Amino acid sequence: MSRSRTDRFVQWSLGGLAVLSGGLVLLIVVFLLLGAWPTIQSGLLSHLLTDETWRPGSDRDPQFGLLPMLAASFLVTALSIGIAAPFGVAGAVFDRFYLPPGFRRWNHRLLELLAGVPSVVFGFWGLTVLVPAINRLHPPGQSLLAASLVLSLMILPTVALTSQAALRAVPESETLAAAGLGLGRARTIFSIALPAAKSGIGGGILLAVARAIGETMAVVMVCGNIAEFPSSLFDPVRPVTSTIALEMGYASADHKALLYTAGLILVLAVAALVGWLAFRGSKNVPASG
Amino acid sequence: MIWPINLVKKRFLLLSLLSLALTHCGGDKGKTPTQITLTGSSTVAPLAADAAKRYETSHPEVRIDVQSGGSSRGIADTRSGLADLGMASRALKPDENDLTAHRIAMDGVCVIVHRDNPVAGFDKQQLIDIYTGKIENWKALGGPDREIVVANKAEGRATLEVFLDYTGLDSADIQADVVVGENQQAIKTVAGNPAAIGYVSIGAAVSEAEVGTPIKPVSCDGVPPTTEAVANGEFPITRPLQIITKDDPSPAAQAFLDYLKSAEIDDLVESHLYVPISH
Repeated sequence: MSRSRTDRFVQWSLGGLAVLSGGLVLLIVVFLLLGAWPTIQSGLLSHLLTDETWRPGSDRDPQFGLLPMLAASFLVTALSIGIAAPFGVAGAVFDRFYLPPGFRRWNHRLLELLAGVPSVVFGFWGLTVLVPAINRLHPPGQSLLAASLVLSLMILPTVALTSQAALRAVPESETLAAAGLGLGRARTIFSIALPAAKSGIGGGILLAVARAIGETMAVVMVCGNIAEFPSSLFDPVRPVTSTIALEMGYASADHKALLYTAGLILVLAVAALVGWLAFRGSKNVPASG
Repeated sequence: MIWPINLVKKRFLLLSLLSLALTHCGGDKGKTPTQITLTGSSTVAPLAADAAKRYETSHPEVRIDVQSGGSSRGIADTRSGLADLGMASRALKPDENDLTAHRIAMDGVCVIVHRDNPVAGFDKQQLIDIYTGKIENWKALGGPDREIVVANKAEGRATLEVFLDYTGLDSADIQADVVVGENQQAIKTVAGNPAAIGYVSIGAAVSEAEVGTPIKPVSCDGVPPTTEAVANGEFPITRPLQIITKDDPSPAAQAFLDYLKSAEIDDLVESHLYVPISH
């Protein structure tokens, strides 16, 4: 009797907490919708897609174009993943198959340390070291390239650590069997270990994508914040999150509603991306898995 | 991860103590203190916070809460009644005449370049030409053959509005290479880029240059950027640091406002490198 009461208590409290944490996401979306409502109502929404740039404070020619910023968010994320993923996965493979066990722990510690560095420190480093260096190559320095490099450093540990875990989870019987069949180490890595760890590595990259899209503090310091489509790696860009961080504290009325709308669209874009990747992921996993 | 049981207990104990302390905080005060809330300009906020600290020691029955978030927020919050007093680092606009502004100090906005840049100053027309993209190379101003990197402030910042007022430009005219948020970000951007130009509060620029940051506050229309030049009205880009009120503020808020307007905070104003108003 008392045991079933305990069970019920645990069930209900766990259930309540689970519903609460899931419901929070919905609450955030509702909150964003409420904030964005004036934009939707006043018909400014179409401006978000048709205007060329972002200049909500101008008296003469206000512009509310969101597309250059969405493009910037997408480009910065894609580039930083493009840089971090090869490094992270290659590092994990090296860690699993080549690195002597004594060093493995150190490698792990260092990556965890890198993951623990606060983003504002990356931003500060980017602004005082990386940006002047890029500026010498091609002014102004604050650029798509700077933002992507700083971001890739920040997401590298996510990719590397999850890839390491995925590779470690590959059953040793399989790699030993490969060795028993006389396969070389390279062959074992590319034909046995990586395919088996694929979904784990993919999950890590997905986490990194989510972090890259949402990262703000470091990016806002090094990206230059010019809301136009970049034509080269050295052009400044302005991701959606930067705009919100730069202007939210200073915005009022319509401007504020526009920022809420930008946030809402970003959340929906991330949700769509995650949903699409998850859908693709579930298709790729073999039926037996 | 599995925690050893006594560690779990310890954590639990810590948590309970914390929550106890928190509840205690709420009910501790015998009588509720009078609360005054100030929101607005991040330029005024540090000064107001220092003044509030000093005011609270002599008026223990008053609690003053200072939150920064930009002049526009200060004005909006004062209008809606969210804040007792608003802080603004610019003059009120014509559509804000339902509010009253009380000047507590003056500040100047000056142009900064990198320390290695030989250019010593600009006049208004040169600034307009640089910020609208008509002058693109330092060579045209007697500097090295380098493309100018124009740093502008983000929308909604009072510093941007003061700069636009001075140059007579609209934000749509400005062709910037970099958009920055806070004064510090503008300073770091110029410090890291020998070809950059930006503008910040004189107080921030002068104190950063003094501690060795490689930036150079330059003269404007021939007037060097000093607090003296702001004080005697010679410096061309100045702005009032103001407290904003709506109708009749509460007696407690009025008393603090009178304190802010008095000569008693002049030393604080000077320590922030702003210029006290004459009393």
